[in-house]
Amino acid sequence: MSATIFGLLGAALVGIGLFGLLVRRDALLRILAFNLLGGGVFLVFGAVARRGAGAGLPADPVPQAIILTGIVVAFAATTLAVALVLRLAAAKDRG
Amino acid sequence: MIADLLIVAAIVALALPVVLARSAFTAVALFVAYGLLLAFAWVRLDAVDVALTEAAIGAGLSGVLLLGAARRLAGGPPVEDAPPGKAQVALIGVGCAGLAVALGAVILALPDPAPSLAEPVMANIAAIEVGNPVTAVLMGFRGLDTLLEAAVLVLAVVALWALAPDAAWGAAPGWRQPPATDGPLALLARVLPPIGVVVAVHILWVGADAPGGKFQAAAILAAMWLLPWMAGIAAPPPISRAWLRIVIAAGPVAFILAGFAGSVLQGAFLAYPPGYAKAVIIAVEVVLTASIAVALALLVLGPPAEDRGA
Repeated sequence: MSATIFGLLGAALVGIGLFGLLVRRDALLRILAFNLLGGGVFLVFGAVARRGAGAGLPADPVPQAIILTGIVVAFAATTLAVALVLRLAAAKDRG
Repeated sequence: MIADLLIVAAIVALALPVVLARSAFTAVALFVAYGLLLAFAWVRLDAVDVALTEAAIGAGLSGVLLLGAARRLAGGPPVEDAPPGKAQVALIGVGCAGLAVALGAVILALPDPAPSLAEPVMANIAAIEVGNPVTAVLMGFRGLDTLLEAAVLVLAVVALWALAPDAAWGAAPGWRQPPATDGPLALLARVLPPIGVVVAVHILWVGADAPGGKFQAAAILAAMWLLPWMAGIAAPPPISRAWLRIVIAAGPVAFILAGFAGSVLQGAFLAYPPGYAKAVIIAVEVVLTASIAVALALLVLGPPAEDRGA
């Protein structure tokens, strides 16, 4: 039951994140929206992992490990995007 | 069930204003709260390893990074693109809602019983010699993914440093913080790091058999390194330092060497010799933790800035 509820939350977050990504113009807000979208994808994957419980485990450990890796890579991409935005703003300031 | 629904309602209630917020600062503050609640969702999904990572990286380190960026961007030039028209916004809204509904329908239609790799993992976990199945997947069955991910962090640091202005190349990363002489930050920056380091080492060590591991430990270590910088009582080392670059690269290099040792001894890349699997995994994880911690901290600090000395 938890798996379905949080899977549906993931689907909702994908929609919310994509909406923010397309509608907002501020670069930082777009990065945040993109992270919401990514969080939604991770949750859907987490729901799949939870449904794969078995062999005495509460959830399938393979998707969980991939989600862990994904969170760290998403963070690295976010830092790079933020650095690009800051550099762009600094370049504009100088004229 | 009711706890799940409450968490879901709270997360949606935080995610919606993130994309609708007027100021970037408000949106970032809401996003950090959202990250913390998401960690609860991961606990409810029985993914404690993911919950720890989400809390440390998704809420903690992201919060420092994004709040700093929002502060630096405040008062900057306004966005030049034309705002989308009302009809356009409505169309995008309908499209995104349609996508969410379609994705939700897919989740409701998932096959039952669900396909799972839990059984093969538990059948072969003895060969990896660690008790935490997620760690066994990360370091054993899907070790190549983890190796490539460690390499991605090194690449991210290289790409970030490439954004440094020519005049600032080789200088210390990030902006100089004004020293905090009193208040909670000045106290925490002095008191918390020793405790945090012990917690991080514990999380790394128990990660072999319980939830935890190198990513979570590295995120905590990075935060402990960033605290004194945020309080202005310690400056990060210049990026031209050789030891800094060696530490960042050491983790992936150790992982690759362990992989080739497997090729020679066991006939397969990243195969661990029986009886020594846990020892090799722990050794690689310790080096990886140091590399990931330094890489994460440098990613939050950002490239060296020109206005540093000004």
